[in-house]
Amino acid sequence: MPTSVIAVKAVTNGSPGRPRPADRATAEPSGTSGHPGPRHARRWRRRALAAAIGAPLVLGGCNLYPTYGASRGVTTQGQETFKLYSGMMTTGIVVGGLVFLLILWTIFRYRKRSEEMPRQFHDNFRIEILYTVIPVIIVAFLFFFTVITENNVDAVVPVNATVTATGNPVVDIRVTAFQWGWRFDYTGLNVGVAGETTEGPNNHGPQMVVPVGQTVQITLVSDDVIHGFYVRDFNFSRYALPGVTNFFDLDVMHAGTYNGQCTQICGLYHSEMLFSVRAISPAAFHLWARAEVAAGHTLQRSGSSAQDNPPPNTHITNGSGYNTPAEAKGDQ
Amino acid sequence: MTTTIEPPELISPEEPGGPDGHTPAAHRGEDDHAHHQGPTGILNWLTSTDHKVIGKSYMITSLILFFIAGIMALVIRAQLTTPTASLVSFQTYNELFTMHGSLMMYLFAGPFAFGGLANYIVPLQVGAPDMAFPRLNALSYWLYLGGSITMMSGFLVAGGAASFGWVSYAPLSNATNSPGAGADLWLMSLALTGFSAIFTGVNLCATIFYLRAPGMTMFRVPIFSWNMLVTAILILIAFPVLFGAVVMLFCDRHFGTHIFTVQGGGVPVLWQNLFWFFGHPEVYILALPYFGMVTDIIPVFSRKPLFGYKGMVFATMSIAALSTGVWAHHMFTTGVVLLPFFSLLSYMIAIPTGIKFFNWIGTMWGGQLSFQTPMLFSIGFLFAFLMGGVTGVLLASPPVDFMTHDTYFVVAHFHQVLIGTAVFAGFAGFYFWYPKMFGRMLREDLGKLHFWGLFIGFWVCYMPQYVVGLDGMPRRVAAYLPSNGWTTLNVISTVGAFIIGASFLFFLVNLWVSWRHPIPAGDNPWDGGGLEWFTTSPPPHHNYSQLPPIRSERPTWDYNHPEHRTIHAGRHVKPSDTPSEDEKVGASS
Repeated sequence: MPTSVIAVKAVTNGSPGRPRPADRATAEPSGTSGHPGPRHARRWRRRALAAAIGAPLVLGGCNLYPTYGASRGVTTQGQETFKLYSGMMTTGIVVGGLVFLLILWTIFRYRKRSEEMPRQFHDNFRIEILYTVIPVIIVAFLFFFTVITENNVDAVVPVNATVTATGNPVVDIRVTAFQWGWRFDYTGLNVGVAGETTEGPNNHGPQMVVPVGQTVQITLVSDDVIHGFYVRDFNFSRYALPGVTNFFDLDVMHAGTYNGQCTQICGLYHSEMLFSVRAISPAAFHLWARAEVAAGHTLQRSGSSAQDNPPPNTHITNGSGYNTPAEAKGDQ
Repeated sequence: MTTTIEPPELISPEEPGGPDGHTPAAHRGEDDHAHHQGPTGILNWLTSTDHKVIGKSYMITSLILFFIAGIMALVIRAQLTTPTASLVSFQTYNELFTMHGSLMMYLFAGPFAFGGLANYIVPLQVGAPDMAFPRLNALSYWLYLGGSITMMSGFLVAGGAASFGWVSYAPLSNATNSPGAGADLWLMSLALTGFSAIFTGVNLCATIFYLRAPGMTMFRVPIFSWNMLVTAILILIAFPVLFGAVVMLFCDRHFGTHIFTVQGGGVPVLWQNLFWFFGHPEVYILALPYFGMVTDIIPVFSRKPLFGYKGMVFATMSIAALSTGVWAHHMFTTGVVLLPFFSLLSYMIAIPTGIKFFNWIGTMWGGQLSFQTPMLFSIGFLFAFLMGGVTGVLLASPPVDFMTHDTYFVVAHFHQVLIGTAVFAGFAGFYFWYPKMFGRMLREDLGKLHFWGLFIGFWVCYMPQYVVGLDGMPRRVAAYLPSNGWTTLNVISTVGAFIIGASFLFFLVNLWVSWRHPIPAGDNPWDGGGLEWFTTSPPPHHNYSQLPPIRSERPTWDYNHPEHRTIHAGRHVKPSDTPSEDEKVGASS
């Protein structure tokens, strides 16, 4: 494999004797893959470069986005939100910390030491301009990242689409909040799960089962007053507003069970309006759906017709207020 | 430095004449009991149109309501030390947090500032004999007292007090979901106290625009009065909207309209739009007066003029202007608002607020800081409001709001903002102006104990709430699951709340000691610069018989320290300077 060695030497600029990641390429039993030598070497070169650049990033990754008490998010949307939150917290700690130290230092440095009258100055135009302009820049910076994240988190696939633009299957779930419980209707699967949450002590409420790796589109409505659909590990909440149909997408990345709860005061048993989300593999999800149908947990026709024929005063929105799913469909 | 400048000649204020036809006091410092013909004792209090009497009534009433609401908070906190509803029932808990919020927001934080301290201090600061409309001022107070009693009486009726949160979201607040007189009394109370606020707003505007003493141009008005003017304008923008919304909700409840109910073709989210169009300016109605207090206090204890006076005025105006365009940041998770617009405007409020921060620091910079109680509370405000402000910037971002909305993160944020302003800055103002109002000092040692208790309790109480909120604990829950793991943080938070509660015992003892063993304050115990420190403590019925020449925002300072007096921005008078022609002309006018 002389070509391979030459290629590696070219990358490492001919400094033999020192162990280098790229040197391992020569020891690798190459040729078994059937690729020509130079391509093989280039792959190793890329890996070496990635290791050199990536290692500090990976090692520092936990420092780049510290959690600051929040969940890293188990949905793609939640992970984006988390990164924004973490970045803003870092900015806030740095800026707030500097102001904090400035106040502390001023208090300490200029504490009364004598009866001498301090210089009676009023203003300093240049400094005042400076501390007006700097916050403007910080705010512009934060707003820029906010808008990017917001658009990603709020993006929805067209209503009634069965696959996303990338061919990922879409599962539609109509979530109905009511005093005091939740109903999860899987419109495409003829499954309906409901649960009141005041059925006994330590009742964790009904469970919404979702497939991992697929897009879940939630249609959120309320039967009575305003409720809040909130799952801590999704880093997301949305009101269930009477008269409004809200849509949002969740792409759950990790299997597990996640606690959810109503966050908007909705009357006497607001505290107990719990639910949970269980994310399982798509295969297990379809088995579960079939078992639910067999057990008679099917759609109640009465509660699920509003999506097709919204009442005249119903807003349909995806959350950003200016881009309804119907319009989004037109864009595609 | 040996030459001193003779204090300038005193001028007489214009004949107040006054709506009651009183004559001004003959001499500075002389009380006017001799010629204040009127009832005495309780009848004097009931019939008084004197802004000082009304201001004190406002302050006493709002402080009593503050303590009642504080005790409710302690019950709420005690409930949350265990996961189960161990202390009060769900219904009682819902009533308690609703009334705690309502009392604090509608009946304490606002009225204490614009009905209490502003009523007392603004006419003194601008050199006026009274508010512009003294009888309207009295009506304001009686509407406020009536409204407060109306709200409290909710606890006496069948079905209990209102239990839908202080924001009263429709349709939870309609007749179906919240039957009972408690909700109606709550709405009626908002109507009454709303008008009280509107009348006070009118009064403050008229007083500051028309009753300023000779020489007091708008850019010589102290920042506290400036902020009260801007607050008053915000009141006139916001409270009529609240009144309209309250009337609409009342019609929904009793007259069969369907403004906020889907079934009749109404729009529930309209309530949120109307409410927050009032509610967000209201946040600044509660904040700006307290910014003003701190802005007046810090220069006095730094022995320097305010740094960036005009910047401060423009920052206040920008905050007020922006505050009318950010209401929907309370509604990010409704899904029916334009996120980027409200997000950007909310972010932008950080800019003038930042300017204020740096101006406060600039005022202390290079000064001789002494840490009497008012200054300690002001510094406590700086730290508390810094923390609340930074977390507020996070909440201006819709995605971050999605993840924290209606959790304890938000609870911690707005309590830090509101306690920073209404409690730290509010009590800074109270300690600062108490000698002026009552002619006696509060004890420094008790005041410092009050401060440190409040300061320590504040951090112990609210920092765990950020953490528990990020861990998913929603607000307004009476119980949670033991498996949530929120118990420890809640216990720590409750300990902090009780430390705060205990610190107010020092305050009450302080009041009692000052009442039983008075230490006379004198006219100007802090060497303050505002006009209010020129008159006696307490001031005579018509406030002033003589005024110093007003050449800056701190005429009393200029009079007492002629060698360090303020001529105009950026200049420091040298001892050799003599008064200019302009000043001589002004002094004789």
